Amino acid sequence: MAFSRRIVLHFPRRLVNRPIVYRLIRDFNLEFNILKASVTPDEEGLMVLELKGKQEDYEKGIEYLTKAGVRIQPLSRNVIRNEERCTHCGACITICPTGAFKLDFVTREVKFCDEKCLACGLCIKACPPRAMELHF
Amino acid sequence: MAKTIEEINEKIKAGKAVVVTADEVIDLVKQKGAKKVAQEVDVVTTGTFGPMCSSGAYLNIGHSKPRIKLGGGRVYLNDVPAYAAFAAIDIYLGANALPDDDPRNRVYPGEFNYGGGHVIEELVGGKDIRLIATAYGTDCYPRKKLETWINIKDINEAVLFNFRNAYQNYNVAANTSNKTLYTYMGVLKPNLGNINYSTTGQLSPLLNDPYYKTIGIGTKIFLGGGTGFITWQGTQHNPDVPRSENGVPKRGAGAIAVIGDLKQMSPRWLVGTSMLGYGCTITVGIGVPIPILSEEILAYTTVTDDEIFAAVIDYGGAYQNLQPGIIGEVNYGQLRSGRVVVQGKEVPTASLSSYPRAVEIATILKEWILSGKFWLTQPVVPLPGIDSGIILKPLNERPIEE
Repeated sequence: MAFSRRIVLHFPRRLVNRPIVYRLIRDFNLEFNILKASVTPDEEGLMVLELKGKQEDYEKGIEYLTKAGVRIQPLSRNVIRNEERCTHCGACITICPTGAFKLDFVTREVKFCDEKCLACGLCIKACPPRAMELHF
Repeated sequence: MAKTIEEINEKIKAGKAVVVTADEVIDLVKQKGAKKVAQEVDVVTTGTFGPMCSSGAYLNIGHSKPRIKLGGGRVYLNDVPAYAAFAAIDIYLGANALPDDDPRNRVYPGEFNYGGGHVIEELVGGKDIRLIATAYGTDCYPRKKLETWINIKDINEAVLFNFRNAYQNYNVAANTSNKTLYTYMGVLKPNLGNINYSTTGQLSPLLNDPYYKTIGIGTKIFLGGGTGFITWQGTQHNPDVPRSENGVPKRGAGAIAVIGDLKQMSPRWLVGTSMLGYGCTITVGIGVPIPILSEEILAYTTVTDDEIFAAVIDYGGAYQNLQPGIIGEVNYGQLRSGRVVVQGKEVPTASLSSYPRAVEIATILKEWILSGKFWLTQPVVPLPGIDSGIILKPLNERPIEE
């Protein structure tokens, strides 16, 4: 169970009514944790999942999803810091529930560790210069 | 060996001045001793970069053909209302101004994505700004409507004029209530979930000159990436607060009013800012040079974060009702460590002002002085000190009975 990845699934309209995610458990033995879901019948669906399992099973699962027509993005790309706007004040540090912002005690700059980011979006509106952007 | 500002300016002109930042001077004194450093160093530069609400800019947009008198009319810049109560074409835009159709806190907490501070940032950045104005029309100024793009390079004057900036110390904000609060001090989580502070401590201008011995009216400063001047004490300037033995105030105390040519400034140092559930404002970069006229003045500039204390104020009820609400006293060394203990609980801390950007400001100011493009001014009048008799008054509210 060492392998885990956070991914964003985009379901085209025709797939929204099919039990796609269910097959990830049944056929590929993957454990999943839904971080965010917005799936409405007859509309495009979006789901943010954390998948855990063996790496080979994960890769087969991803192949299955891709063949089924699901578009997949790695999650860590989705909350992006606009480096031009970030002033390194630090207001985000205590807002982030997963501790993805870390203060460098030497430079006093704020590091954004996007591998820790769950894309919950809490930092986006709490950032005074609006440097955090959610990209789908 | 006492120096004068004239002597320091001579050394700047000759390219021989020794300048260090308020950060660097701390270690320098530890290494070489105060006496030697006081002789060697001529100027210590300070810096701060944080949200400063009592800020704004006045513009003179030039006369239109036919003429319009905006005074007494209504003016919008990118849909944000500007104050038009002066002559024909002078307007003042405040950092907190919001578009009329902004939902504010009707959808709570309001996002406040665009306001006066953002317009100032875009104007400074050279972007075209949409001006829409209506006026009542007079015999000499007949026009009643104006819709035009304006650009900072075309208008006569664009002047940043902020009447309370660079607070000398400030409240450290906490929340003991059981609900999340959206404040000008950021998002405060319930039950002491976090603590926010907003000062650059050992780099902050007025904390390096606690008794205003060198900083006064007429002091030339770094303002928003250009040069500006201190014009007055800031509103609510309140020097007579509890102070530590080193003279540093332990509460919000002094403040400065500043002015400068917006056309020289840069959007890197004037950043439109949105405080969730509170409103729009602007983050302003200010750097003040401190002439090392004596060993005493040098000693003030060597203050460290560990020696600057501030009150932790409860924004969960006490603040709103003008009660002291002091639930602790901490120093900035503790705050910068990321955690402080308040009421027996270890609470994570975050800053609203940017220390790395303040270092950059102090460094730029240092380089300006070293290269001879920035010289020092003798203040015309000092800022009011602890003996000035100033008392910060609450509103004397009196019911109006007809």
